[in-house]
Amino acid sequence: MTDLADLSIAEAGRQLRAGDITSIDLWEATVTRIAYTEPHLHAFLTVDRDGARAAAHAADAAFKAGEDAGPLQGIPIALKDNMCTKGLATTASSRMLEGWVPPYDGTAVAKLRAGGAVLVGKTNLDEFAMGSSTENSAFGTSRNPWDTNRVPGGSSGGSAGSVAAGAAMGAFGSDTGGSIRQPAALCGVVGMKPTYGLVSRYGLIAFASSLDQIGPFARSVEDAALLLEGVAGHDIHDATSYRGEYPTFSDGLDLGVKGLRVGIVKELMVDAIDSEIRSASRAMADKLADAGADVVEVSLPSSEYALSAYYLIAPAECSANLARLDGVRYGNRVPADTTDEMMAKTRAAGFGPEVIRRILLGTYALSAGYYDAFYGQAQRVRTLVRQDFAKAYEHTDVLISPTTPTTAFEIGAKTDDPIAMYYSDVCTIPSNLAGDPSISVPVGLDTQGLPIGFQIMAPALGESTLFRAAAEVERLAEFTARPLLAVSKETV
Amino acid sequence: MAEWEAVIGIETHVELQTKSKMFCGCAVAFGEAPNTNTCPVCLALPGAIPVPNEEAIEGIVKIGTALDSTINKDSLFYRKNYFYPDLPKNYQISQYTFPVCEFGKLDIMVDGEPFTVGITRVHMEEDTGKSRHVGEGGRIHDASHSLLDFNRSGVPLVEVVTEPDIRTAEQARAYGAELQRIVRTLGVSDARLEEGSMRFDANVSVRRGPDAEFGTRTETKNVNSLRSLQRAITFEIDRQIRVLEEGGEIIQETRHWNEGKGVTISMRIKEESEDYRYFQEPDMLPLEIDEEWQQRVKANQPELPAQKRARYVGLGTDTHTAELLADDPALGGLFDEAVGAGADAKQAGIWLTQEVVAYLRREEKTLSATALSAEHVAELATMVAAGDLSSTASKDVLNGVLAGEGTPREIAESRDLIQISDSGFLDTEVDAVIADNAGAFEKLVAGDMKMIGFFVGQVMKRTGGKADPRLVSEMVRTKVQG
Ligand SMILES: [Zn+2]
Repeated sequence: MTDLADLSIAEAGRQLRAGDITSIDLWEATVTRIAYTEPHLHAFLTVDRDGARAAAHAADAAFKAGEDAGPLQGIPIALKDNMCTKGLATTASSRMLEGWVPPYDGTAVAKLRAGGAVLVGKTNLDEFAMGSSTENSAFGTSRNPWDTNRVPGGSSGGSAGSVAAGAAMGAFGSDTGGSIRQPAALCGVVGMKPTYGLVSRYGLIAFASSLDQIGPFARSVEDAALLLEGVAGHDIHDATSYRGEYPTFSDGLDLGVKGLRVGIVKELMVDAIDSEIRSASRAMADKLADAGADVVEVSLPSSEYALSAYYLIAPAECSANLARLDGVRYGNRVPADTTDEMMAKTRAAGFGPEVIRRILLGTYALSAGYYDAFYGQAQRVRTLVRQDFAKAYEHTDVLISPTTPTTAFEIGAKTDDPIAMYYSDVCTIPSNLAGDPSISVPVGLDTQGLPIGFQIMAPALGESTLFRAAAEVERLAEFTARPLLAVSKETV
Repeated sequence: MAEWEAVIGIETHVELQTKSKMFCGCAVAFGEAPNTNTCPVCLALPGAIPVPNEEAIEGIVKIGTALDSTINKDSLFYRKNYFYPDLPKNYQISQYTFPVCEFGKLDIMVDGEPFTVGITRVHMEEDTGKSRHVGEGGRIHDASHSLLDFNRSGVPLVEVVTEPDIRTAEQARAYGAELQRIVRTLGVSDARLEEGSMRFDANVSVRRGPDAEFGTRTETKNVNSLRSLQRAITFEIDRQIRVLEEGGEIIQETRHWNEGKGVTISMRIKEESEDYRYFQEPDMLPLEIDEEWQQRVKANQPELPAQKRARYVGLGTDTHTAELLADDPALGGLFDEAVGAGADAKQAGIWLTQEVVAYLRREEKTLSATALSAEHVAELATMVAAGDLSSTASKDVLNGVLAGEGTPREIAESRDLIQISDSGFLDTEVDAVIADNAGAFEKLVAGDMKMIGFFVGQVMKRTGGKADPRLVSEMVRTKVQG
């Protein structure tokens, strides 16, 4: 019999509504799995056992009363620890916020609670979402459930690992340059970054405001769509929130790709991308063509500069976004004789080296005399990247590429080389600069037995097409492998 | 060498009295317990982001429109980065390129002469919290600790920046006063300098004559009244001239006006202009103020102070009375109503700005706390015009009305102040007085016009002071011409 922790959200929802299982059953299966996997993975910073149990009881009571708040009612879900949760510590994996308990729920969190979700805990990340491995967490590195000597990717590594290991049925992360799709690829799960503005950023601890988006991790494309539906929608607390209508993403997942115009991005199929990953992407492109898609090669010429532009824009925004962490009103404080000294010492002690590096980079890029050459130039590249996408979408419906240049790398392999680490996001960053939706779907394992992610991109608000294509990729890939950690549990 | 000339530019901050703050739903309210009107946004908690307040945008569009500015259809917010404990985000959301309003002007009168001050820009930003330094001298340097109150954090703030068009401290004061009147007339702020809801910074430099290059300027802050604005600028002009004449150099710096000592004091040297690392606020989209919105504001613009003053003068008041009436909305409102009810404008203006103002000061009352209505003023004016009441008696009656004793006619009657203007009766009285004072009348006939006063006085005496002196005087003259 399948362990309930391994059910899909869609299947669990059917069984809950049929009365075959209860939300408490799901909670129990999840906390049992967490107890087993957590010593190996360190995916969580906080597990809210009691809060989750209360939410599960409430969900069961609601089902009993015939109240149904939607597909996430009673489902155990994990949240990246940069999403503010009222009454539950939120650290962004920084010493700066160690012990800080938000007095408010972010909008996405509030929507999940209103939808009856069971929030099981807060997952590990690179400090303030800056990194691609969780090695920049102040509270220890998370591990990849496929190989615990390897990173789960990042920055949302804890969310990706927890879903892969069955320690949550779904999870949320944030994606600024690939922080959902890259760890999803490395952990063999589905990870999705919505159109900028589709999910409210209110209550998401900001890294780079013009790029950040909250999005789901799931073990199936359908689950990812259900999770996104649970948090999307206009929010009066976010001035960049999308105001218009949008379709139901989980409709049309079985429409297939017949006639869909698919562009494979030339610049993301180069030598710098691991050959096994390129072959897997090429093979999937062929399968899509066999399934009736019209696959062509497209060029995004400016994507060559996207990584550099990103590493100016994101640090520039973060240099201001993180300025509020000054020890004055909340968080940790290093006492000193003067206020200026207190703020300086607090920040020097509270931030890790990567955060400090990016604050310095961003401050420099915005300085008088350098602004135009750095930040100004980066914004111009951003415009070019958008124009490239717009041109490509004139004759395609979706674009495809590998999600990452490599599969999961060993812990410590890139910590001394920030540029190599930054390169982990080379395939994912263009969608962030454009503000477009993008998804990573696992399509196979490499010869080392590590998952390979396949990226699909769509124009802004093209989520329906994106999920439809992703569902077909999922069917064509027939990816059923599970990490050893999740499988071995069943044999214990 | 040419005479010294000052070059002055004024930056004015105006706090808008909107229902809620600039970027969150907290109330804009003052004098409440510290940190009670706060939320994640205005405390800059992690994850909190701003949403602009439409009422505040409407407020700045009103100000910009009144200052004849161009309203930018698309305007941008920027982050102005600097660390200060009362600035919770450690950046202020402000504007840089494409402010809401640009290229305006304000016409003012200085000593009866018209003068135009160019307005460079009017932009939207947010206020900071307030620090209170505790221990020793209460200044940041010697305090043992500081307390922070974020009730004011995020209150909408409009900054009005002038061109360096102003040349004298008097012009600066007149500009400040007119801007204050406009903001109050628009109803967007109470603009109280002493409470900081309106604040001036004066940029001052001096040069040798109007053709010379601008000199190095200083920026004077902490100016808490219009009088201080004038005094501080006068001091700063004199100080700069003195320094330069002694062969010294002006340092570009921020100076602090010390009201008690009447001097400006150097705060800190601006070695180089501070680098605020402005960049466009990524938490917000460009602000769109479409033509329709702009037109609606323009159409609903109230009568501005200058327009009101011109109208009052047109009605017959003198310039000074017009200014006083235009400056006081309650008084001006009553004036408009009284004139509408038929009162003579000149007479009503004088009563309101002299008798009524004196009464309110003496009794420490507001106009609305008195019984005086526009109908009363009109009735009083009619009585004086008809000769029923002397000018002197009208003031007594007015004070009676203010004190709530009744209508002007009721008071005039009960105090027995109604004048006798029955010409038949008065003619008899005049004849009687002439008959009794034949000698004096001879003198009058001989051309000693001073004697008119004597005869008027005699008639007043016989009538117990109730005769209309103007009428009696006329009658005596007629008798002389015989
Ligand atoms: Zn607030």
